[in-house]
Amino acid sequence: MAEFEPKIVAFMCNWCSYAGGDLAGTSRLQYPPNARIIRLMCTARLDPAFVLKAFAEGADGVLVAGCHIGDCHYVSGNLKAEKRVEMLKKLLPELGIEPERLMLRWISAAEGERFANTMKEFIARIKKLGPSPLSASAGV
Amino acid sequence: MAENKEKGEKGTNREEKEEPRIGVYVCHCGINIAGVVDVKDVAEYASKLKNVVVSRDYKYMCSDPGQQLIKDDIKEHKLNRIVVAACSPRMHEPTFRRALEEAGLNPFLFEQANIREHDSWVHMKQPKEATEKAKDLTRMAVARARRLEPQQKPKVKVEKAALVIGGGVAGIQSALDLADMGFKVYLVEKTPSLGGKMAQLDKTFPTMDCSACILTPKMVDAARHENIEIITYAEVEEVDGYIGNFKVKIRKRAKQVLEDKCTGCGLCAEACPVEVPNEFDQGLGVRKAIYVPFPQAVPLVYTIDDEACLGCGMCEAVCGPEAIDYDQKDEILELEVGTIIVATGFDQFDATRKPEYGYGRYENVITGLEFERLVNASGPTGGKLLRPSDGKEPHRIGFILCVGSRDAKVGNPYCSRVCCMYSIKNARLYKEKHPEAEVYIFYMDIRAYGKGYEEFYRQAQEEYGIKFIRGRPGEIVEDPKTKNLLVRVEDTLLGLPLEVELDLVVLAAGMEPARDSDKVQRLLRLSRSADGFFSEAHPKLRPVDTLTDGIYLAGTCQGPKDIPDTVAQASAAAARAAIPMAQGEVETEPIVAFVRKELCIGCRICERTCDFGVITMVDRKAQVNEAICKGCGACAAACPTGAMQIRHFTDEQIYAMIEAALHDETVEGGREEVKTEA
Ligand SMILES: Cc1cc2nc3c(=O)[nH]c(=O)nc-3n(C[C@H](O)[C@H](O)[C@H](O)COP(=O)(O)OP(=O)(O)OC[C@H]3O[C@@H](n4cnc5c(N)ncnc54)[C@H](O)[C@@H]3O)c2cc1C
Ligand code: SF4
Ligand code: SF4
Ligand code: FES
Repeated sequence: MAEFEPKIVAFMCNWCSYAGGDLAGTSRLQYPPNARIIRLMCTARLDPAFVLKAFAEGADGVLVAGCHIGDCHYVSGNLKAEKRVEMLKKLLPELGIEPERLMLRWISAAEGERFANTMKEFIARIKKLGPSPLSASAGV
Repeated sequence: MAENKEKGEKGTNREEKEEPRIGVYVCHCGINIAGVVDVKDVAEYASKLKNVVVSRDYKYMCSDPGQQLIKDDIKEHKLNRIVVAACSPRMHEPTFRRALEEAGLNPFLFEQANIREHDSWVHMKQPKEATEKAKDLTRMAVARARRLEPQQKPKVKVEKAALVIGGGVAGIQSALDLADMGFKVYLVEKTPSLGGKMAQLDKTFPTMDCSACILTPKMVDAARHENIEIITYAEVEEVDGYIGNFKVKIRKRAKQVLEDKCTGCGLCAEACPVEVPNEFDQGLGVRKAIYVPFPQAVPLVYTIDDEACLGCGMCEAVCGPEAIDYDQKDEILELEVGTIIVATGFDQFDATRKPEYGYGRYENVITGLEFERLVNASGPTGGKLLRPSDGKEPHRIGFILCVGSRDAKVGNPYCSRVCCMYSIKNARLYKEKHPEAEVYIFYMDIRAYGKGYEEFYRQAQEEYGIKFIRGRPGEIVEDPKTKNLLVRVEDTLLGLPLEVELDLVVLAAGMEPARDSDKVQRLLRLSRSADGFFSEAHPKLRPVDTLTDGIYLAGTCQGPKDIPDTVAQASAAAARAAIPMAQGEVETEPIVAFVRKELCIGCRICERTCDFGVITMVDRKAQVNEAICKGCGACAAACPTGAMQIRHFTDEQIYAMIEAALHDETVEGGREEVKTEA
């Protein structure tokens, strides 16, 4: 049987984390290819419904990444995202989804290595958890 | 002000007006992408996606012929959306947007899939998976592209005035250059005088010019320049707005001396009975409660140190022009500027953080900057280097390099770039005056990288007889009776442990980010690199820009530098800041909030969410002031009905990407022809 390859959707802000991903690329840091990144200007744009939508469409994990606290290009967008993620983590179990399937990380534009490590860590975590109860591959 | 009239209700219409006709271009980037990702397969795959009319792969999409390909296809195939799967949009989005514009298409009808930085470069050993990922990313881009709408870039008028924060040599140089170009400059300095650290130095390597002699004329030029307004004893308190229209609040602290009346005669200081340590002399000498930091200060206006002043009235009694005003209050100045240059400099590493060297405990251990003051003719000892413990001239001096630099233990793994050279300079200075003295330099490596620096170092070794010992001293022990110092070091060239007895030790304390960098960072929303200095937009290609448009970096606030590099960077920052001011207007991103009025229920959640006061309620519906909206999206994420949206980042566009990320929607049809090779 082929190893379970989780589907991951990532929401990242343009200024820090997406740029951190670019730096991981220019530094040729290797990490597993499971995530599909959606670029937002700031994590402030993260509507909780985006995360729910991703799970409903079959994502096995959702990663949200933004600037470190204090570094947000719009001052406190990341604090707002943090609150929303906390709220979602309480809500997810009600929907039968383990809260560990949602992760929030602060990654600066200078942290290519942290970006790659976050990818490795999160993908390994989701692999361990197995397919999301909502994903098509679950129970198959 | 932003001119957004054109946007009106555009973008509020959720129905697509015309059927999308999408062109997809998969870039090889030489072998950067094609060496890992099967680009032909990706292009072939994209051709099957709904609405894709043309799908091609090409060697270098960003090249002229690559862009021409897009332009020709737009005309020939009536394309109205373009997707390029290539490098990061942070790299070439502007390039491709321009190509669209040149072909008569609105530049916002463009989407880029990042299949290089986020794919081929990070999955180099998994070509199959990387190709699949490239297809997914392209599909996501196509899904978003279908829903893209044209946007107008608001034009912003640029105020022809600049703010320079920090009056060290960097700030002075930037201000002079901009002023010479004809722009108004506000030069804000925290202390009572311009000059920064360079004013404290004695001589400068490698030419041994007297520091004040080359700096003072520049300070005077700045003071005389009709376009420069110097604001000293002042700090920036608030910065609002954006490139072209920054609104800045500055607190000008009360000097309690009227600047337009003070003639700088100094009678007041003579009369003042209070003596406190002089910061300018690193606390080694004294000044009065009413003072100028140093005799050549610019502006030459006395300042009352509020904490030290007794209020005795002696100064007021002797002041001829009646310049003293004890009731003077801090002043808040409000300025409007188009661009900002940050030149807040550095602070010296606090040497007490290396307790093994005894700084602060042993009287005869001093720092480099203290040495500069002690050998300076206008310093506290009139230029005679005397041991702090007994006031005698030292015979044996040791300089220890890399104190607080290249030292992970204190959190500073970086090189401060000037300490080797300034220590050699100071060693030579002492040897020149005291040829009989024994002078040692304890080093790890000597970094003499600049023009004339290696020669300067060689001379120190060969002609001056300064002894270079390779090794980082483990500790210094003081003889409590003589106050002499015993330096313990392993000479790594000889592989021998050594003990050297010295009369005076000078620590080459390195450069650290200025102590109030946190505050400045927050005010201007700058980012900082791992070493704590402010970071530039791109380490190679945009070394003086920041990620915030209209804000630039000059001098050591960006990283350790010597004076030549500081001055060069300061001129570079001035040149960069001049560009938008010379152009007179800049285009800004139209990514701002807008309201779908029919959905708004007037709950005011968005109004409370926005940190920038952008949203007001008009007729119980939310209304956005586009000119001040930053486009962060917080309001849209909070709106319970989907009424609040962000241009170019609407809910539909993002949902489409989420769906496309997780489902392969390859549908046949909706295309007239397929071409896969250019
Ligand atoms: C001991 C020593 C010896 C040296 N010798 C040499 C030499 O011989 N040759 C050489 O080329 N280089 C030498 N250097 C390096 C040189 O000092 C620096 O390159 C130069 O001073 C950097 O200038 P700057 O304007 O970037 O920073 P600074 O000189 O630090 O100036 C920054 C200015 O900004 C002000 N400021 C800070 N924060 C704010 C704020 N928030 N608001 C308003 N104002 C603010 C500060 O008060 C200061 O006036 C030496 C350095 C040291 C420590
Ligand atoms: S996008 Fe951000 S700045 Fe603009 S109105 Fe919404 S919350 Fe305020
Ligand atoms: S949050 Fe949405 S519904 Fe509520 S006032 Fe703002 S735009 Fe209208
Ligand atoms: S801009 Fe990165 S989190 Fe706000």
